[in-house]
Amino acid sequence: MADTVLFELLHTEMVAELWAPDPDPGPGGQKTSLSVLESMGFRVGQALGERLPQETLGFREELEVLKFLCKDLWVAVFHKQMDSLRTNHQGTYVLQDNSFPLLVPMASGRQYVEEAPKFLAFTCGLLCGALGTLGFQSLVTASVTALPACKFQVVIRKP
Amino acid sequence: MAVCIAVIAKENYPLYIRSTPMENELKFHYMVHTSLDVVDEKISAMGKALVDQRELYLGLLYPTEDYKVYGYVTNSKVKFVMVVDSSNTALRDNEIRSMFRKLHNSYTDVMCNPFYNPGDPIQSRAFDSMVTSMMIQVC
Repeated sequence: MADTVLFELLHTEMVAELWAPDPDPGPGGQKTSLSVLESMGFRVGQALGERLPQETLGFREELEVLKFLCKDLWVAVFHKQMDSLRTNHQGTYVLQDNSFPLLVPMASGRQYVEEAPKFLAFTCGLLCGALGTLGFQSLVTASVTALPACKFQVVIRKP
Repeated sequence: MAVCIAVIAKENYPLYIRSTPMENELKFHYMVHTSLDVVDEKISAMGKALVDQRELYLGLLYPTEDYKVYGYVTNSKVKFVMVVDSSNTALRDNEIRSMFRKLHNSYTDVMCNPFYNPGDPIQSRAFDSMVTSMMIQVC
């Protein structure tokens, strides 16, 4: 049980550290910090995308890969499964988590909604990196309407 | 014991090739290159057949008079190709599978190494020593 807390604390510190040295949170500064977080998540996702499916047999199609992300990847990182996965069968997927572990300790409701995106950047990168290793170029964005529920939108780019 | 081991990225360029130094290395490079076609064929064949189990181990790709070539593909479309001496008939399928599993584990470790950029040639000494231990000892 202790390891979930360790990751949450580390993640909170990472976000705080990347935001702190920028006294003028103008649009340029904010974007760099967000992209640093995303690229960190991306590299971690690449490594996870190699290690986690090691024993699984080959994925036959996109949907199987997304299901793997929602189940195995989420369980490995956050110790719970994704709550819902929706798709339009044309490369867009919406992953919904009703109580995202990195947002749970913050608030429950509409407070801090503007601050939430910073805490989702790393996870967006994570999803993007894992998809990259498994062979799909993607664009991942996250949105929050009420903590701690959040939605990740994954758009798979056709080659 | 293998005579040549290669790790090929999903874009089909080599990340790592090592062969026993006694022979003409170019010959092995050609063999690995030609085996890539067979690997692609096997992967697409597996995709079309509605088989429940999709194996990562591809088995014997093709035999030549002196050598046999085996293949393995990971979930991230990275291919491992192994060339074995034909005269070494004691080598069984299970042994080849376990060698590929060791390769896969070492490759995963290389990926998780923060100093390694995915797509670069593999320069890890740990990976090197693991591969050396799998190749023939030439005296």
